[in-house]
Amino acid sequence: MLDIKNLNKSYKMGDSSLHVLKGIDLFAKSGEMVAIMGSSGSGKSTLLNIIGILDEADSGDYVLDGVEIKDLNEKKAANYRNRFLGFVFQSFNLINYKNAMENVALPLYYQGLKRKERQEKAMFHLEKVGLAEWATHLPSELSGGQKQRVAIARALASEPKLLLADEPTGALDTATSHDIMQFLQQLNDEGKTILLVTHEEDIAKMCKRIVRLRDGVIIEDNVIKQVRA
Amino acid sequence: MFDLDLWREIFQSISKNKLRTLLSGGTVIFAIMLFAILFGLANGLQNTFSEGMGGDAENTIFINSGRTAKAGKGNQVGRRIQFDNALLSTLKDEFKDDIEFITARVNKNVVASYKGEKNNYSLRAVNPDHQFIEKSELVSGRFINQRDLQESTKVIVIGRLVKEDLFKTEKVIGEYIDLNKIQYKVVGVYQDIGDDNEERIIYMPLTTAQRIYGNNDFIDQINLTYNLSMGLDNAIALGTNIESRIKKIFNVEPSDQRAVRIRNRATEANSINQFNSVLDILIWIIGLGTLIAGIVGISNIMIFIVKERTKEIGIRKALGAPPRSIQSIILIESVLITSISGYVGLLLGIGILEAYGPSLDTYFITDPSVDTKLVVRATLTLIISGFIAAYIPAKRASQIKPIIALRDE
Repeated sequence: MLDIKNLNKSYKMGDSSLHVLKGIDLFAKSGEMVAIMGSSGSGKSTLLNIIGILDEADSGDYVLDGVEIKDLNEKKAANYRNRFLGFVFQSFNLINYKNAMENVALPLYYQGLKRKERQEKAMFHLEKVGLAEWATHLPSELSGGQKQRVAIARALASEPKLLLADEPTGALDTATSHDIMQFLQQLNDEGKTILLVTHEEDIAKMCKRIVRLRDGVIIEDNVIKQVRA
Repeated sequence: MFDLDLWREIFQSISKNKLRTLLSGGTVIFAIMLFAILFGLANGLQNTFSEGMGGDAENTIFINSGRTAKAGKGNQVGRRIQFDNALLSTLKDEFKDDIEFITARVNKNVVASYKGEKNNYSLRAVNPDHQFIEKSELVSGRFINQRDLQESTKVIVIGRLVKEDLFKTEKVIGEYIDLNKIQYKVVGVYQDIGDDNEERIIYMPLTTAQRIYGNNDFIDQINLTYNLSMGLDNAIALGTNIESRIKKIFNVEPSDQRAVRIRNRATEANSINQFNSVLDILIWIIGLGTLIAGIVGISNIMIFIVKERTKEIGIRKALGAPPRSIQSIILIESVLITSISGYVGLLLGIGILEAYGPSLDTYFITDPSVDTKLVVRATLTLIISGFIAAYIPAKRASQIKPIIALRDE
């Protein structure tokens, strides 16, 4: 599913450059649920962004579901993001003037689906996250947990190969966090491959494998016994 | 290709972001409205000035005589200069290529009476050409003609107001009016759009007046119009030439300002033209200023809008929006808002001019109106500048890395 070899990334900070990722090797099979952990500045978010084709690596190989991700133009990158990846962000990133259903339908719009089909699919996924009756509500009328569920529904709508979650529980209280994690686990049980960035130990333990980053290198990569949320 | 979904996205964005729409729309509405009103008022001001020229032909030269202010050729100061028929013929002859119409005038005051109605009027004895110089429009009958002049017939042409004063009936032509106890046949009634006072004048053939009032061939004034094709500069020169010719005929010192007085419309037109061109420049500066203010305004708003939407753009890109789609959404929205607002501003501006225009007469503004084409062009300028102002940031936004856009809080 995911095959990363010797990935390097540095950021220019004025005259000096900051080496964020120093030769990352990461392999993940289909159906895995991997937590990427690390303190802030360890490079975990950068890694996730590169995996999510939101950012580009300076060097190294990245193969996603048999497709090499390299030197993509904007159009192609957008297309790959749309077909391969689903994003869940810490700050939800819903479009505030669109209601829940319209937000979920947005990636389908970029897939070129017809309006009716989009709405049906969006409703299907909203139902899946248990928010069917909130379909016409704006994000501002939803609680944090509900927003994240809408975001998850949106990430699932395009039926991606890989679900990327960047601190999905970072802005939520403990109970809601567990709620969301339970749902992600359920998705994983159904076969969805999930990559999750977190700095919370108990959230990480709800995954099946923990990859620890420090100063741009992987220092630990263990399969663990999953804690059910 | 018409993409219904794209338009749905745009309309949703427009209607759901009211403040943004209001801000950019309001700027354009205000700029175009102001542009239309300013141009309208300025045009009204110009209308007032061209109306001030009056109803006479704009290419008229008036020649009057007076007393000499300087001694010349052995003559005393204060000698009265008296024009006569010979002078008229001389001018007609020597300047025939430059003169369009020429007439003499003898001015008298008369008491006119008709069936008990009685009133004082000015009498003008003239040549047939006078009709065209004064732009008298005949309501009925005819004007003085060449035959009247040759035969010194006792006919008169009366102004519309003279007719209203004296006649209770409609039938006027063929009736006889008493002027200082002598009967004249009315052959025509005229009106003069320029001036009410001009309609209280009675015209008679020049020769008739000369015979009845003193049996001489004296003339009080000569009016002529020059061929418009000669241009202002030549017309001004013509006036000077005529003046020096007359001075020579009457042995007047060339520097004498009193003996022969010429009023040349060309000279006046020249200064009014200059005034108008200054006004024109002023109008354009104001219009351009308004437009530039509008351009700056709409550009700022467009840059602000793109900035405000950076995060949304990031989200859309993360979800797989291709750069083109991002650009289209921003640009079409911009063009749509500026076009509609421009149209609204145009309607408002023209509407305000129509509504309040007539009441501005007291402020020297007559019939203020603006060329719709001009306002449409101004609107197009704003649309294009709004487009350019949105295009650059939209292009940049469409190429921005989604991760940077998403980080934007």
